[in-house]
Amino acid sequence: MTLIIEAVILGILTGSVYALMSSGLTLIFGVMDIINIAQGILVILGAYLSYTLETYLHIDIILGLLVTIPALFLLGMGIEWAFMRRIRRDRVMISILVTFAVALVIEGLLNFVFSANYVQLQAPYIDASIPVFGFYLPYIYVFAFFLSVILLTLLYLLVYRTKFGFALRASMQDRTAASLIGVDVEGVQTITFGIGVALAAAGGMVFGATNPFNAATSYDLISRLLVIIVLGGMGSLRGALFASFVMLVISDVTDVVWSPVWSSTVFFALLIVLLLFRPQGLLGRLEGRKQ
Amino acid sequence: MKKFRTLGLLALLALLLAFPLLFPDPAVTTIAVFTLLYAGAATAWNLFSGYTGYVSLGHAVFYGVGGYALALLCQDWHIQGGYVPLLLLPLVGLIASVFAIPLGWIALRARRHVFVVVTIAMFYIFQLLAYNLPGITSGSQGVFFPNPPWDAAFFNTPFYYTSLIVLLLSIGASWWVRNSKYGLGLLAIRDDEDRALSLGVKTGAFKLVAYVISAFFVGMVGALVGYFVGSLYPVFAFTPVFDITVALMAFLGGIATLAGPLVGALLLAPLQQYLTVQLGIVGLDLILFGALLLAVILLLPEGIVPTVRKRWVKCTASRSATSPVTGARGKEKALLIEGRRGGKG
Repeated sequence: MTLIIEAVILGILTGSVYALMSSGLTLIFGVMDIINIAQGILVILGAYLSYTLETYLHIDIILGLLVTIPALFLLGMGIEWAFMRRIRRDRVMISILVTFAVALVIEGLLNFVFSANYVQLQAPYIDASIPVFGFYLPYIYVFAFFLSVILLTLLYLLVYRTKFGFALRASMQDRTAASLIGVDVEGVQTITFGIGVALAAAGGMVFGATNPFNAATSYDLISRLLVIIVLGGMGSLRGALFASFVMLVISDVTDVVWSPVWSSTVFFALLIVLLLFRPQGLLGRLEGRKQ
Repeated sequence: MKKFRTLGLLALLALLLAFPLLFPDPAVTTIAVFTLLYAGAATAWNLFSGYTGYVSLGHAVFYGVGGYALALLCQDWHIQGGYVPLLLLPLVGLIASVFAIPLGWIALRARRHVFVVVTIAMFYIFQLLAYNLPGITSGSQGVFFPNPPWDAAFFNTPFYYTSLIVLLLSIGASWWVRNSKYGLGLLAIRDDEDRALSLGVKTGAFKLVAYVISAFFVGMVGALVGYFVGSLYPVFAFTPVFDITVALMAFLGGIATLAGPLVGALLLAPLQQYLTVQLGIVGLDLILFGALLLAVILLLPEGIVPTVRKRWVKCTASRSATSPVTGARGKEKALLIEGRRGGKG
C-alpha cells in the first residue's frame, strides 16, 4: 500500500513535468492547428543544451535554464518563421510532415554532435532525497514540481491576464475574426510557437536529470506527449494538465503493481478505450462544422 | 495520344521485367528490390491516406505484423527456405487485414488530426507488445526467417519478381479504386466528410474498407522485407521511419494520384538505400533526408506529378493558342507566375 501511495506521489511530481511539455504542444495546436511532432526532439535538445552548459561551462542545470529557455524560444520563433508560415493549404496534415522533417534534421544533428550514447544530467541534488510524511522523495522531483508550478502559473497569467493572452485566445477561437478586429495573428502565432518550444527547454532539463537520454529517446517522448494531448482534448490547456497527471500516476502505479515494461502499454490502451466513448478527449469539445 | 501512353507503359513494364537481366549486379538489384517494395507500400498507403485525406502514421503496424506473421508461420509449420514462404504472402496479407479491422474501427472514430495521433499510438503499442510478449515474438532477440537455398548471384531474382508482382497488384487496386464509384466516395470524404455523409456516402464503412485493403499490401511488403533481410526485431518492424518514408514518397510524387507514390518511391528509395549504405557519418543521412523533405514540402507542396501535369497542360494550351499574340501573352503569363512565386517565397 505504501508503495502505491509513493507511486501516486511520484506520478504527480513527474506529471507536472509532462504537463509543462504537453502544454506547449497543446498551446501550439490550439492557436495554429499544427501538431508539432518536433516537440519530442526539442525537449531532448533542451536537455542536451543543459548538458553542454553543465559539462563544459559548469553551470548548474537550474541556473542554465536562464540560457536554454530563451535559446529555445528564439529557435521556436525561427522554425515558425522559416517553415510553418509558408504552409498555405492543408495545414494540419502538411504541418505534421514539416515538423517531422524538422525533428529528423535536429535528431541527425544531435547524433552527429553528441553520438548515440546515453547521457544523463548531473547535479548534487539529483540523487539526494528528503523525507516528506515518511516517504523519501528525490530532491530533483520536488524541484521539478515547483519549477513546473511556477512556469505553468506564469503561462496561465500570460494567457488569461494579459493583452497578449487576449489576442492569443482570440486567435485560438477564430483566426479570421481575430485578424478582423486588429489582432496580428501571424505575430501571435510566431510568439506562441516560441513559447511552446521554450516550455520544452524546461521540461527537457528535468527529463534529462531524471532519465538517461539520447536523440532516439524523443520518439518515446513525443508519442507520450501526443497521447496526453489527445486524452486531454486537443487544444485544451486544462485538459493537457489533467491528462499529464492521470497518465503519470497510472503508469507509475502500473510500474509498482505489475511491471515497468507494461506501464506505457497500459496507458496507450487506456487512450484507446477512452476514444471509444469520448472521441474528443476528456475535456475537449466536439468540433463544429467548419466552412 | 492514348496509344502513345499504352506503348510507353508497355515499354516500362518490359524494362521492369528485364531489369535483373540487364543489371545482374547484386548491389543494384538489392536497391531495385527495396525500391519496388517501397513503391508498393507507398501506393497502398496512398490508397487509404491519399484518397481519404486521413494521414496514417501507423501503417508500420501492418508492416510489422506482416513480417512477424511470415516468420512465425515458417517457424510453426517448419517451412524450409525457398519459394514456399513467397507463396504464403497472400495469407500474410490477410492476417494484416484482419488486424486492420478492429484497429481501423477504433482509430477511424476520430477525425483527421486525432486520427494521426491515434495511429502513432497504435504502432507504439505494437512495438511495446513485440518487446513484452517474448512468448510469441521472442522479444528483443527478434525472429529469424528460414534461409533460402539460392546462391549469391541468383538470390535477389525471386525477390525482385515477387516484389514486382506485389507492386503491380497494389497499383491495380489503387487504379481500380481511383476509377470506381467507391473511390469517388473516398475523394468526397477527403473534400468534405460531413457533406459526403449527408449525400448518402457510408463514410465509416468506406474508410474502413480502404484501410483494410491498404493494410493487406503493406503486410505483404513487411513480410517480403523481413524474408529478404532474414531477421526481424521490434525496433525495425514497428518503426516510425517506415511511416514517414512512405508518406514522404507519396507527398513528393503527388498525393492522391496514381503515379505520384511511384515517382516518389523511384526517387527516394534508391537515395535512402544509398545514404544508409554509403555514408558512414552518424546522423548525416537523417539530416539530408529531413532537409530534402522540408525542401519538397515547401517548394513543391502539390508534389511532382500534379506540378508537371499542370505545366504540361499550360504548355500545350499556350502552343495551341493563336501564335501572333503569344509573345505578349507569354510574357504576361511569365510575369504572373513570377509574381505568384514571389508571393509564396
